[in-house]
Amino acid sequence: MRSLAIAVALGLAAAGSAAAQPGADPAQVHRGHDVFQYWCATCHGAGPGHPGSDALRAKYHGAKPALLEERRDLTPDVVRFYVRHGVSIMPFFRKTEVSDADLDAIGAYLARTER
Amino acid sequence: MRTPPGVSPSDFALAVAQFQAAVGPDWVFTSDEDLDLYKDAYSPFWGEPEEKIAYAAVAPQTVEEVQAVVRIANQYKVPLYPISTGKNLGYGGSAPVLSGSVVLDLKRMNRILEVNEKNAYALVEPGVSYFDLYRYIHERGLKVWIDCPDPGWGSVIGNAVDRGGGYTAAMFRNHFDAHCGMEVVLPTGDLLRTGMGAMPNAETWQMYKSGYGPWIDGLFSQSNFGVVTKMGIWLMPEPEAYLNGTVSVFGYDDLVPFIDILNQLENGQVFTGMPFLGSPVFSGIDPGDQMRPNNDPELAAILAAPGGPPKEALEAHSRKVGKGLWAAKLQFYGPEKVIRAQWEHCRERFSAIPGAVFEDGDLLRFPLAPDQLVNEHKVTFGIPNLSIFFIGARSETSPPGDGHIWFSPIIPRTAEAIFEAQRVFRDAADSLGLPMQPIALPSTYWQRAFIFIFGFPITHDIETNKKNRAAFRTLVKIAAEHGWGEYRTAPAYQDDIMDTYSFNDHALRRFHETVKDAVDPNGVISAGRYGIWPKHLRGTRA
Repeated sequence: MRSLAIAVALGLAAAGSAAAQPGADPAQVHRGHDVFQYWCATCHGAGPGHPGSDALRAKYHGAKPALLEERRDLTPDVVRFYVRHGVSIMPFFRKTEVSDADLDAIGAYLARTER
Repeated sequence: MRTPPGVSPSDFALAVAQFQAAVGPDWVFTSDEDLDLYKDAYSPFWGEPEEKIAYAAVAPQTVEEVQAVVRIANQYKVPLYPISTGKNLGYGGSAPVLSGSVVLDLKRMNRILEVNEKNAYALVEPGVSYFDLYRYIHERGLKVWIDCPDPGWGSVIGNAVDRGGGYTAAMFRNHFDAHCGMEVVLPTGDLLRTGMGAMPNAETWQMYKSGYGPWIDGLFSQSNFGVVTKMGIWLMPEPEAYLNGTVSVFGYDDLVPFIDILNQLENGQVFTGMPFLGSPVFSGIDPGDQMRPNNDPELAAILAAPGGPPKEALEAHSRKVGKGLWAAKLQFYGPEKVIRAQWEHCRERFSAIPGAVFEDGDLLRFPLAPDQLVNEHKVTFGIPNLSIFFIGARSETSPPGDGHIWFSPIIPRTAEAIFEAQRVFRDAADSLGLPMQPIALPSTYWQRAFIFIFGFPITHDIETNKKNRAAFRTLVKIAAEHGWGEYRTAPAYQDDIMDTYSFNDHALRRFHETVKDAVDPNGVISAGRYGIWPKHLRGTRA
């Protein structure tokens, strides 16, 4: 069931990537950066001791960046899926932790085209 | 919308409507999509009918809103389950013990009410995480340290009332012991302050713990007698310096005088940092290193010997590779002159063990530069992080896991107890088909007792989880037969472990139940938490 859900999410990702967030609101991207640093970077940051980045490094072996902030293939839908469903040892996050608006902002930040 | 046990659909609808009026409609969750987020991400019942789930969640932002929610729950006999940050993964997450409860999610109560640098304490609400408190202090340049557990996203209050531990100096590592003063919403909705906080306009709520009369704070830890909405926590003044030194010994039985000396030094406060115990021949000795063995095939063969590793072979191998069979990393906080003298004294004391080898660590001053921190165990310096989640994360050598849960019996602080626990749990692991490091050493959070911690993987395979649950319960019984009880556990096993604290026909549980009936007559708070059930559900539990 979970693999099916992931497949659906990735399907959405493929569709979403075509749009590639060209018109992302800079304020929302900025907010997404801040929320990412608060909630995500503790596990998905750079350097030793960041298990999220270590796990993605082991998964992709260089085919994709280990750091989410360096990825170019993420879409808000993919980000939303993983934050709300978790994966492996990463738990899902409640709306009192990451609100829907904050989640949209993280998605906009990670999917931003201007870097 | 499903309804909690014992509550009619119409009453539940009324309660939910009143919850919405009390906290605002955005902060009451009833959809399946939202309630899935209140599951325990590391549930040992994952995907099974017994998996604990919430039927609603309500997230107040103020103590007045908490009181209002609790009063509504009393009116309709709706079971509530308070959580603080909901990140107690490994000992229970955000899911209620009683399925169908309404989770009282306190994450939005995230105010840091005071950090007093001069007297080294903080006053916080339950939604404040260790990251939050650290950032607050760091941003203001205050010269005080927090003490945090491995995962920094936990609640300062939640961890203390679950009686968790951390890694700095002894008087801060036991988070419940380091708390000072609570504010509690009682199960009736009444508001209580403990310690000096019971006095209106108290000036010493966070300075003197016990106040006057019976000291009742313990009743609000590992319990269901109230909702803690504020708590003081003592902080550590930033030390001038930090030093560590490692002592290694090579004889199997050297562990006996080794632990005796260690205890004398620690109980005499010659060192105040956490002494990490390990077996250098097997792995590093920092916390977590025992889960990263060096995979020496010769040692592996010795460890796999039927009946347990022969001590002569362990000693011979240890001497051959030049790595201690047992070691402790002693840690010191304080003025440089003092901690260098303390380490020197420790060296003298351990020199009584023939062949003891000493290694001086670096002296560090604060604040540490980022490059100094890269290879350091950050929580030793009160710096919260999430690096512990290497356990179960995908790596080059292991596939991604789905979580873990801890079995953590308290054993005596003696070498004899370590040897006995190694033997007992090794034999148990063999018979249960569990992996077990046969010369595993216990954790040293507490000064007067060891914790022998084992991780059980959580999977999304139901049969594996069933097997692991049965094994966990068997270990609980085996430990109890030896007089060893768990210090803390996840909801799945709280009844099992309460059953082992059975002196005089379960006098302790009977007392808990007497208190429960008195303070929570409708049984609305955290039914079943730590084996304490309200009267109307007693006897119905599995």
